[in-house]
Amino acid sequence: MKGSFRDVNDVRILDLSGKITIGAGDVELRRLVEEALAAGKTKILVNLKEVTHIDSSGIGELVACYTTVKRRGGQMKLENLPPKINDILQVTQLITVFDIYDNEAEAIGSFAA
Amino acid sequence: MASKAQLSLTSAYENIELAEKLLFELARGKVSEETLYWAAMALREAVANAIKHGNKLNPEKRVFVELELDGQELRMAVEDEGEGFDPGKLDDPRSPENLLKESGRGVFYIRHFMDEVRFSRGASGGTKVELLKKLEGRAQ
Repeated sequence: MKGSFRDVNDVRILDLSGKITIGAGDVELRRLVEEALAAGKTKILVNLKEVTHIDSSGIGELVACYTTVKRRGGQMKLENLPPKINDILQVTQLITVFDIYDNEAEAIGSFAA
Repeated sequence: MASKAQLSLTSAYENIELAEKLLFELARGKVSEETLYWAAMALREAVANAIKHGNKLNPEKRVFVELELDGQELRMAVEDEGEGFDPGKLDDPRSPENLLKESGRGVFYIRHFMDEVRFSRGASGGTKVELLKKLEGRAQ
């Protein structure tokens, strides 16, 4: 997995690509989220547009990051889910847990207040 | 006529890529890309389970992968050298109390991605999981 970040207003956007899978892929996601929190960014938007695969470890890491951010008083949301990644979240009903957006401006706006 | 392939892997996560590559070499062009995607995801989960939960990342222990493809079915088997486990004891990851757990979804996904999944004891006493995908049609 490759990951980079952008800051738009006070929202930290994590642009992920490739495979979020056991081993290196899931660890990289955690690193990016921890880095964001360390920088005082508690509004985190994870952009999954270029993610091709996510396995159960990657899903577990997404959930762990979500709960970590929430515990720290922040919010973590998802955007641009490719159809297969959407299916994977749907199967385990995590689609009901995450706040998910198709439009980045709308996603950023949702953090306000 | 069936195509077959076998692989013996050491217990390291990077070897999941080798198992997936073998599947692609065996099946690409012979099954639809959609079928291949989900079969590969199931294979990745099964090999990851064998390495992590079966062999507990012990470099001395191996994971054996067998793949077989004919016109009707794709069959995959993954066997570890661990202690074995009872798949009946797995919790439903969709239950509200499990929804936010970090682990426990691998076998659930395997069952969802494949048409038939069977667990048994392997020759060494470890876990053997056999996965079957029925093929609806050849790749376009």
